[in-house]
Amino acid sequence: MPHDHPHEEHEALVIEDEAGNTEAQIIADALQDLLIRKGLLTAKEVTSAIARLESPGIHLGAKVVAKAWTDPAYKKRLLDDGRAAVQELDIPVTEARIIVVENTETRHNLITCTLCSCYPRSILGQPPSWYISKAYRARSVREPRRVLSEFGLDLPRDVQLDVHDSNADMRYLVLPEPPADLHALRVADLEALVSRDHLIGVARSVL
Amino acid sequence: MNRCAAGDQVRVLALGKQGHVRIPHYIRQQTGQIVGYCGTYLNPEDLALGNTAGTAVDLYRVAFKQTQLWPYEDHPRQDRLIIEIYDHWLAPTEDAHHAP
Repeated sequence: MPHDHPHEEHEALVIEDEAGNTEAQIIADALQDLLIRKGLLTAKEVTSAIARLESPGIHLGAKVVAKAWTDPAYKKRLLDDGRAAVQELDIPVTEARIIVVENTETRHNLITCTLCSCYPRSILGQPPSWYISKAYRARSVREPRRVLSEFGLDLPRDVQLDVHDSNADMRYLVLPEPPADLHALRVADLEALVSRDHLIGVARSVL
Repeated sequence: MNRCAAGDQVRVLALGKQGHVRIPHYIRQQTGQIVGYCGTYLNPEDLALGNTAGTAVDLYRVAFKQTQLWPYEDHPRQDRLIIEIYDHWLAPTEDAHHAP
């Protein structure tokens, strides 16, 4: 990409200093030191907050998908009200609303956040680094099929592609199509087939 | 009572607001179709300034034709971009011609 534009202030945040720290990290570290010294916070509280942020992950998303594949009534509830249906499985959802978009033979869904990094974090954990990259955020709306092909997914042109920009208050999950041998598999095996990429929509077939 | 319903044609306004605005430039002035009503939410333009006492605003999911958003890219006719737009950024339109 030609580099002829002036550097804007926010770009400083993605440039690392010599010690490998970003500017935001240096500020956060200084603030944390200060709060701990003043007795307003303990290091243990910080560690447990990080553990809480990092505990959700694809295993929770996979549980939701496998349940939807094997229980048609659950699937209907999931598509009607994603948040309530995910909570049924004892997954604490912190997002205001979860919208589940279903892949079919004739439709594929892709999730992005062009403005920042909105992602269903309480279900899938933290987003992958490419999801928050400026390249993915810009290209996923402008040339999504080319992006998919770079992920190894050549979507046939007669399959409709819906790109969902999570720019505001909704958070999205893709419900992939079940594998052909769905009924021959145990729930645990089904869960193992589901990847994070399926739930974002950069992968399609679950085999 | 929300003013738009699924199927309505709408145009996204270019309000030229400064600050924390959640309506990206690529969608402004574009015509699309309401696909869903999301409920009411506090306006992020207020929240960013610490104003949590503002009125909650209606939020919609709106679908746009990719061929219309990016005329120089090669998108199949049926492909769509779906994005959330707050009520104050929308204007009703009769222009069914550009409907997705």
